Amino acid sequence: MTAAVEFRAVTRHFGNVRAVDGVDLTIEEGSFFAMLGPSGSGKTTCLRLISGFEKPNDGSIRIFGQDVGDVPPNRRNVNTVFQDYALFPHINVRDNVGYGLMVKGVDRRTRNDRAEEMLALVKLSGYGDRKPAQLSGGQRQRVALARALVNEPRVLLLDEPLGALDLKLREAMQDELKALQARLGITFIFVTHDQGEALSMADRLAVFNEGRIAQIGTPNDVYARPRTRFVADFVGSSNVLPPDVTRAFGGPAAWASLRPESLHVGVAEGATPTGTVTGLRYLGAGSRLTLDVAGAEVAALVPAGQPVPATGSTVGLRFDPASLHVMEGEG
Amino acid sequence: MSPAPAILPERGLADRLTALFWRHPRLLLAVLLTPPLLWLGVVYLGSLAALLLQSFYSIDEFSGVVKEEFTLKTYGELFRAQNMDIIIRTLLMSAVVTVGCAILAFPIAYYAARFARGKWKAIFYLGVMLPLWSSYLVKVYAWKLILAKEGIVTWAADGMGLVPVLDAVLSIPGIGGNSLSTSYIGTFLVFVYIWLPYMILPMQAALERVPTSMLEASADLGASRSQTFRTVIFPLAMPGIIAGSIFTFSLTMGDYIIPQIVGNSSRFIGLAVYQLQGTAGNTPLAAAFAVVPIVVMLVYLWVAKRKGAFDAL
Repeated sequence: MTAAVEFRAVTRHFGNVRAVDGVDLTIEEGSFFAMLGPSGSGKTTCLRLISGFEKPNDGSIRIFGQDVGDVPPNRRNVNTVFQDYALFPHINVRDNVGYGLMVKGVDRRTRNDRAEEMLALVKLSGYGDRKPAQLSGGQRQRVALARALVNEPRVLLLDEPLGALDLKLREAMQDELKALQARLGITFIFVTHDQGEALSMADRLAVFNEGRIAQIGTPNDVYARPRTRFVADFVGSSNVLPPDVTRAFGGPAAWASLRPESLHVGVAEGATPTGTVTGLRYLGAGSRLTLDVAGAEVAALVPAGQPVPATGSTVGLRFDPASLHVMEGEG
Repeated sequence: MSPAPAILPERGLADRLTALFWRHPRLLLAVLLTPPLLWLGVVYLGSLAALLLQSFYSIDEFSGVVKEEFTLKTYGELFRAQNMDIIIRTLLMSAVVTVGCAILAFPIAYYAARFARGKWKAIFYLGVMLPLWSSYLVKVYAWKLILAKEGIVTWAADGMGLVPVLDAVLSIPGIGGNSLSTSYIGTFLVFVYIWLPYMILPMQAALERVPTSMLEASADLGASRSQTFRTVIFPLAMPGIIAGSIFTFSLTMGDYIIPQIVGNSSRFIGLAVYQLQGTAGNTPLAAAFAVVPIVVMLVYLWVAKRKGAFDAL
């Protein structure tokens, strides 16, 4: 399979800050790729390096095999959905969507027709005459999407496109984006700090930390087998166990991760390890217990309908040994 | 320990006023707005109305006494050749000065809005405002010396062997003259210098409101720099350019000092008004002349609005 985007030892620093620090990355054509990480981890800078708004200080970037070191943004056949949408306020929605064709010299009729097609694609037919200011946040997001797709880019970059939407709308847009990507078959590269979003939408994802990629893999890989403590902690609020606590759980003396939902809370007799309940948080679909196990804080999930032990009581923890994931390094 | 009271005690006048304004939200607004509205309504609009009224009177050509009868005769006088000359000359000069200011101001305003941060922003503001701190007359006379035949411009041209260029410029019919300080070119240069800050500041404010992501979006969609300038930056800066041009245009139209000091002594509207109401005692014609810039500005704003200059607001 062809690589849509390839990073080779790419470094970008701002003053003393290494925003992107020696990143190697291959994104396959037609995939839905997520860049996940906390703010300041370098994921947005990576996206801007692909679109050409940032230039690497070192290393090379290839788009479909071609080096883009000397190619300005307007000649890269990649388009971006901006975090703030960046719709042009002085022209209407149709002209916004048709902008990419207008600057290419496409005649007005053709570009109006294409703009209408794109608006239909994002379910905004009939909104062409409105100004961006007359649209809701979700509608603006769709216009930004239609505008980015009008040029038929080979790679679509999305910079936290759902960040400004409320939860319900965000979930609906997640499904739509996923469906759209499957339908168009083009590569989507999606930047987000929301691990749930990244896990549910991406085919593959890269977890960024301090300008480097901490782990890259399928959502299932990353979730079930985090390579470092950072990944375990950032993706899905896992229990990160220091070596001595791992031993208490029956594992080797190494750092390990264990998902709260893998732990079953029961009677203390005959269970290894045991712990004392120190806190309880009700989540609706269940309760999250905080336990003291061998001096470390461990979280466990009790599904709704099951008895919840009282704070201060001693309970036993049972789990499938395969779910205890020993990490490679300290990370 | 007793619990804290649910309602705190009143602490005198300030609290009583706060309560009063809270109960009557519009009262504070009324108190704040009354003095400026009185000023604007009575002093400003009142004198404007008096001016308008005067322009509909006429002067008795023999006695020189103002006849307080409603007539359009004075406006008719504006269309006499020598008066039309003054109006057209003023409008042309105002238009050229405005365009000159806009062209000079744009790069400065763009730099200040996009790139200047911290210390450089302070230097920008200082640099733009500094000329406004010294006397207008001092600056104009300084320019007269700079542009004079014995002045630094001629001296510099001499030193660089550019005298033929200077002579060629001065020999352009219509706008040239004996020296820069006695030509329309000189008047233009001084006007541009004096009014430039009034163009830079609104332009910079408008450009500052254009987010970087909008320029990136334009480039991202395939636009070249010049396309981005024409289709995004310029339209979005338009309200600022219009605001600046209102200053430069109307200030040039009303000024009566610069054309007296630098230039070929031909009259502009401001100077005509000054002479008509003073020396000549022809207040109605002076008033009619004064109405011209008002009408021009109204037409200008109307056209600008029709052309969509304020769409980005």
